[in-house]
Amino acid sequence: MKKYIAEFLKGIIKENPTFVLALGLCPTLAVSVSVINGIGMGIAATFVLLGSNIIIALLKNIIPERVRIPCYIVVIATFVTITELVMKAYSPALNRALGIYVPLIVVNCIVLGRAEAYASKHSVADSLFDGLGMGVGFTLALILISGIREFLGTGKFLGYTLIKGFEPAFIFAMPSGALLVIGLLLGFFNLLKNRKEAKAK
Amino acid sequence: MNIAQFLTIFISAVFLYNVILSRFLGLCSFIAISKETKPALAMSLAVCFVTTMSSIITWLIYRFLLVPFHLTYLRTISFILVIATFVQFVEMVIRKISPPLYRFFGIYLPLITVNCAVLGVAVLNIDMFFVNGKSLPGSFYYSVFQGICVGLGYTLAMLLMSGIRERLELCHVPKSLKDFPLGFIIASIMSLSFFGFNGFRF
Repeated sequence: MKKYIAEFLKGIIKENPTFVLALGLCPTLAVSVSVINGIGMGIAATFVLLGSNIIIALLKNIIPERVRIPCYIVVIATFVTITELVMKAYSPALNRALGIYVPLIVVNCIVLGRAEAYASKHSVADSLFDGLGMGVGFTLALILISGIREFLGTGKFLGYTLIKGFEPAFIFAMPSGALLVIGLLLGFFNLLKNRKEAKAK
Repeated sequence: MNIAQFLTIFISAVFLYNVILSRFLGLCSFIAISKETKPALAMSLAVCFVTTMSSIITWLIYRFLLVPFHLTYLRTISFILVIATFVQFVEMVIRKISPPLYRFFGIYLPLITVNCAVLGVAVLNIDMFFVNGKSLPGSFYYSVFQGICVGLGYTLAMLLMSGIRERLELCHVPKSLKDFPLGFIIASIMSLSFFGFNGFRF
């Protein structure tokens, strides 16, 4: 059991897909205008990661080595289609807000990266917890980025005004604000890492 | 089909909604390959070619296969498979007929398969030029043109970025900001300047 918890936790901090592995940044930046969108995208990606990791771990002995990437893509695309249909049926507003970024989960490097680097070599249970951990790590990163952007860009958090009289900086709601926030956050996490390494010496 | 529509597509795809700086598609390759101008140019040309061709192919598939058989929900799967196959095929053809060109493109051609810009433009074409499963008049030409323009927008951003980063090689940068973080901050400033094109709207 301990092993599974470790598998789960590594995706959240030590190997966080967004800040440490720097994978799947396109949707992260595009949908992080508001926290609600960020959470929606995070859940959708987590579902796809979980599903594709399980199926690929199950099929790892059947899929021929040479055509493995197309096989992975078909599995991933199937789960993305399921997500898309479910989202269209139950939450059309979210589907409209996320727009073309829902079908684009297919080419999100996190999903294919985990399939290739992890699920194709490990057992089903391991892959399940790996997918879950990576998904949650991705969601938390999205919440962090979209939280910063929503607060600074509109003065709100989850749609509620936090500080009265706060003058929002519109740049954070624009695409360039997303790039700025992710650049500074990556720099900040690098700084923490460098400090830790310096201390270890 | 009129000239104004083409002009709108051109300006919005290259400047207003630049594929990298405003839509954030193909960001991974943008940050990773823009350190020098020559590879950046190779990647951009490859992207241009693939977005154009995939716009043509995906439009034909959607219009003549998916719509008549009511299979539009298979859009994502079919598009990604066709694009992956197409890129693979082009790679084989180029290797056979022109080894110098193959060396010029190097590893960038296979990388395009997972470039979100390519699938992005295919999905975007369908979203923009099909209404309730019916193609708008002239939508084929608009789709192909949009594919070309998205490629051009990618090239523009890529060349600007690689030019800036080549100069940055000589500057002293805080250790934690090196490479990726600084790349994003530069992209942010570029995106802000592209936002100035918003006054262009018709």
